[in-house]
Amino acid sequence: MGLSPSFFAAKFGITERDLESYLSEALSAGGEYADLYFEYLSTSSIGIDEGIVKSASESVTLGVGIRVIAGERTGYAYSDDLSPEKIRKAARVAALIARGPASVMKTGFQEARKHNLYSMVTSPHEASLAERVDLVKRADTAARAYDSRVFQVIANYADSVREVLVASSDGRLSFDRQPMARMGVAALARETDGVPQQGYSGGGGRVTLDFFLNEKTPEHFAREAARQAIVQLSAVDAPAGESVVVLGPGWPGILLHEAVGHGLEADFNRKGVSAFSGRIGQQVASPLCTVIDDGTIGSRRGSLNVDDEGVPTQKNVLIENGILRGYLQDTLSARLLKSASTGSGRRESYQHIPMPRMTNTYMLAGQSDPDDIIRSVPKGIYCATFGGGQVDITSGNFVFQATESYLIENGKLTQPVKGATLIGNGPEALKYVSMVGHDLQLDEGIGVCGKEGQSVPVGVGIPTVKIDKMTVGGTAA
Amino acid sequence: MSDNLLDIAAGATKRALELGASGAECTISEGEEFSASVRMREVENLKQAGSRGAGIRVLVGNLTGSSKTSDLSPQGIETMVRGALDLARITTPDPHAGLPDPADLGRFQGDLKLYDDAVSRIETEWKIAQATKAEEVALAADARITNSEGASFDSYLGSRVFANSLGFAGEYRTSSCGLSVVPVAKQNGSMERDYWHTSAREVSRLESPEEVGRRAAERALRRLNPRKVPTQKVPVIFEPRTARMLLGDLFDAVNGGAIYRHASFLAGKLGEKIASEALTIIDDATMPGLFGSSPFDDEGVTSRRTVVIERGVLKSYLLNTYTALKLGLKTTGNASRGLAGSAGVGPGNFYIEAGERSEGDLIAGVRQGLYVTELIGASANTVTGDYSSGAAGLWIENGELAYPVSEITIAGNLKQMLMNLEQVGANLEFRSSIASPALLIGEMTISGQ
Repeated sequence: MGLSPSFFAAKFGITERDLESYLSEALSAGGEYADLYFEYLSTSSIGIDEGIVKSASESVTLGVGIRVIAGERTGYAYSDDLSPEKIRKAARVAALIARGPASVMKTGFQEARKHNLYSMVTSPHEASLAERVDLVKRADTAARAYDSRVFQVIANYADSVREVLVASSDGRLSFDRQPMARMGVAALARETDGVPQQGYSGGGGRVTLDFFLNEKTPEHFAREAARQAIVQLSAVDAPAGESVVVLGPGWPGILLHEAVGHGLEADFNRKGVSAFSGRIGQQVASPLCTVIDDGTIGSRRGSLNVDDEGVPTQKNVLIENGILRGYLQDTLSARLLKSASTGSGRRESYQHIPMPRMTNTYMLAGQSDPDDIIRSVPKGIYCATFGGGQVDITSGNFVFQATESYLIENGKLTQPVKGATLIGNGPEALKYVSMVGHDLQLDEGIGVCGKEGQSVPVGVGIPTVKIDKMTVGGTAA
Repeated sequence: MSDNLLDIAAGATKRALELGASGAECTISEGEEFSASVRMREVENLKQAGSRGAGIRVLVGNLTGSSKTSDLSPQGIETMVRGALDLARITTPDPHAGLPDPADLGRFQGDLKLYDDAVSRIETEWKIAQATKAEEVALAADARITNSEGASFDSYLGSRVFANSLGFAGEYRTSSCGLSVVPVAKQNGSMERDYWHTSAREVSRLESPEEVGRRAAERALRRLNPRKVPTQKVPVIFEPRTARMLLGDLFDAVNGGAIYRHASFLAGKLGEKIASEALTIIDDATMPGLFGSSPFDDEGVTSRRTVVIERGVLKSYLLNTYTALKLGLKTTGNASRGLAGSAGVGPGNFYIEAGERSEGDLIAGVRQGLYVTELIGASANTVTGDYSSGAAGLWIENGELAYPVSEITIAGNLKQMLMNLEQVGANLEFRSSIASPALLIGEMTISGQ
């Protein structure tokens, strides 16, 4: 199979023989495995602030990362210059992790199977600049038109295309062209001379500009940001202490990302430092909970045709009816645990070593009517939207920040409450799930997951869920 | 090499003017990173690489565009400049867009000790040995330290170049190195981790691996078997590590970008008493050897010292050229950016001036309260001041650290927390560009059982 169709062959003249020679250089000190990750990323962004299109920028970054594995040891080097001398030099640096006679790479590449999850009619860079300006202007206008109390709007639109080539010493070869686009709107509102409040909404995915013209329009995000800011104007202090918590559908799925997802990444479990280590087969959630990590959903922000190690992504069951089923594996963890990669090897860029990461993490729908769930709560809190979250995987304690919540009193949503942090313990929290709605929703596509200094895009999703006990970090007694 | 980068940056701004820009500023950065990590006495990762990039911002009248590239060849620079100009033409005029007042441009005179050549000379074997030793000491500290997430030694050598079309051209080199370890302690089904980290611009100023290992182990051990306390309102002491995170949230509230948008609870409060008399906050980018120091900011404005809060009174916001102009004030030399884009506002060395009492004294003065050693998922709403965060730490009983607590939250409002700041400790150490001694806040809400 020739490399002729690939971006890197066309633009930089890189051939299969080149790849073989770089991999041989990487194995020259005797590593067991080596891989190359070529990346060419072009991005553009535009923003409006105070009704003025103040900024527009674009960038191109390219480079190659070279990894050599010897046992549990990894050597890594990269170059932002794709000339053969510079790539060879980086390969020799990475090679030094191993101490031995040169090992030989398998000759000949087999192109990896891959999904076809994102349609790219036009490259975002071919879309005219004027169309992008129009998107942020429309968002600005719509947010201000929503309510006269909205007085500040910031809207941003950013898109990128990442061309990727992965080649490994065991003969795997894969290419991918990965689009990403995202729009975000922040609004500030206030009563005359009152204290301002803010709202934020955003979304996107592995899509191009057309998505914002046809599916989720700038007006959609703008109105949502403005609505949240207005709701906050009448918010009261959040309660403090343990409470029944009902999570709305969609982005509140960040609970799963923090409470269980990170704790199930195989690197932590291989090292025995996760609160979930050694608990496969055990009950870690209520039987109503089935949690999936799925990198194969079309156009989603966390989806990939192949992961950043060239392995096709897949649909992985993490928790099935409350029982812990599996971990998220990258190539290294799979080698060491004598298991198979689950297509979960991801990295931020060619400058970073891959590790096991989530893609789109969600809970399967249950049987309950969402209204019945709220009606069943005499006193509690309903969380509709969240900011971010964080977890300490060793103790299992995690937090997530509610940005739009309401008191539930006698089965009805009453007053909006101010932002508050919710805290729980991963292997315990989901045991208190007592009702799961039939309304599974995936989030709108704004998630960024950080781990050991590397950020990657992810998605989450959840149906309406009732949790009988969770600690809410407000200030009201 | 460096002279060459200066020429490239100055040349790019000149080229932008030739192509029709009325102003331009170009940033180039070049760096070399190294990291070695060790886990359970074995080398785990070795990483080494260099990279560079350039970014330009152009003005066409009141229009602004920017772009960046990792291709520093003449063609690469030409493409970058043209790209920025094309983008400028689609933006809308911003009457406040511009370059700094030429009178503000310049370089702090004095040796800031940002670069230590010794960092470039340390051998890989020595770096690995430092990490190995730190982990070894942590693992040997106690039988309950049974595992480790590893130890690492990192170093970085960089240079930063900036030029603008007003004739400013400057550069400086930086170095840094750091050592950290993350031991895991286990007892009776309780598993906890913590870390200790030392970093400096000079190799000789690093803490020893023995010290790093010992302190990390001590911190992990004292977290074992935590309790969850009942919901209540009590005094809270932030140790320096968590106090600096709180101070980071305060930085966002004095950032000129938030002020002109009315997106800060401190907007419109210049000259007012907004905190207790115990609080004095300084921003100073001219302190030798520290991470927040630089001879000029990312717009070429001379670095300086600014008193932000003095004995509770808000004296100054932190500003770049743009935010200063929006507010009718003068820049404080706090422009900050990556390679491309308009400058934002960033800290120099942003710190709380030390008080007189030791941290032990602060603890001794609390009958019942929380000593916070970890903040997790802290969320500070800069607009309203509402603050809520997951926390772990030690419970204070009768002036002594009694037992570990976790899975709790602390909440309050920054406006009241500033007023309720009762004591500032004497233990100020500069471990990053934001630094604080221990802080005692009179009352916050703890959510627990």
